[in-house]
Amino acid sequence: MQVSMSVNGGAQGHDVEPRVLLVQYLREECNLTGTKVGCDTSSCGACTVLVDGESVKSCTMLAVQAEGSSVTTIEGLAPGDELHPVQQAFHEHHGLQCGFCTAGMVMAAVGFLDENPNPTEREVRLGLEGNLCRCTGYQNIVDSVLAAAASKSGVSS
Amino acid sequence: MIPAAFDYVRAGSRDEAVALLGEHGDDAKLLAGGMSLIPLMKLRLAVPTVLIDVGRVEDLSYVRDGGDHVAIGALTRHRDLETNDLLAAECGVVRSVAAEVGDNQVRHRGTIGGSIAHGDPASDLPAVLLALDATLVAQGPAGTRDIPSDAFFEGFLETALAPDELLTEIRVPKTGPGGFSYEKFNRRAQDYAIVGALATRVGDATNVALVNMGSTPLRAPHVEDALASGASPADAAALAADGTEPAGDLNASPEYRRHLARVLVCRAIEAVAG
Repeated sequence: MQVSMSVNGGAQGHDVEPRVLLVQYLREECNLTGTKVGCDTSSCGACTVLVDGESVKSCTMLAVQAEGSSVTTIEGLAPGDELHPVQQAFHEHHGLQCGFCTAGMVMAAVGFLDENPNPTEREVRLGLEGNLCRCTGYQNIVDSVLAAAASKSGVSS
Repeated sequence: MIPAAFDYVRAGSRDEAVALLGEHGDDAKLLAGGMSLIPLMKLRLAVPTVLIDVGRVEDLSYVRDGGDHVAIGALTRHRDLETNDLLAAECGVVRSVAAEVGDNQVRHRGTIGGSIAHGDPASDLPAVLLALDATLVAQGPAGTRDIPSDAFFEGFLETALAPDELLTEIRVPKTGPGGFSYEKFNRRAQDYAIVGALATRVGDATNVALVNMGSTPLRAPHVEDALASGASPADAAALAADGTEPAGDLNASPEYRRHLARVLVCRAIEAVAG
């Protein structure tokens, strides 16, 4: 069936089977392979994207459910050559090791900071509970999210 | 993992959803947020031939003051429960337990009605309905009917909803902002409860509900009766697993689940005791 949505600000439209998952749609129809398939069971969060501004696990959503929505993937985060503040913070605070979880971590963090711009460390940990890092690099990921929050608010509390 | 092929239809209203259920019969499943159903379909444990997507039926997403109760639309998402001021003031236990469901991403998509209609004994919110003696409202071809929560959960993933009925509203009594304690035991923060115990206290009465201690969510009547007779929390909690038949799986044996139920019920009822 025909599905159309906005992905990273551009219109996308394809004829897909209803059973096609959003993550497959993004990777295989839109050729946006920054979004990863990790566990494929909605546990690990590697496939996290924003749908209408909210973080979702794109392995557990059908592409047809996103009809008419506005989807943001890791490729759409930085407007140009300049990194998004969350990407910049992950870069500066070594918020990644192997990098496989990173796209999902960054997208989950962007969605979380939009809902809670000045979180405590505990709130960051709870906010990212849906994302797993098998390198167990959580400490620097949390540091990165806190740093991004501080840089966005301008003043560190 | 890819679900088996199915036909997809989008319902624009509750009436249209009920009509589509009547048209497609037992082969159809309702899709709300999909947080329970899509994983089952990917594992091919569920193989519906028609999916009726009710996710955009906007007039089923609300939290309203219903006088002596709070009325919650079945398609209200966990995230919207978690951040709702009316619930926080009038029935804080719903707000608080909704915040324990899954993780942020799951709560952005998952709905209270979808979770309840799925009938999973490991889910968090059914325990709240049981402990509060909530009322569920279902719409079918002949109109709507009220279903008391103690008659709703019939078996593993089985509820009192008929194949052509849509759960439309959940009515919870006004119990105030506090007076409850939910003890959820799991290994990872985002997981389903290995065992959960909820205690609510209204006036002198303490109600206790259990998560993942059998094929359905359960009340713990032995504990409640003992407390009503003046037993201490520890003595009452010792009865928490009586009459239960918990399953064994890779996380816990039945015996371990019974142990957890006694420990968690004790913590929960101690927390709500005056």
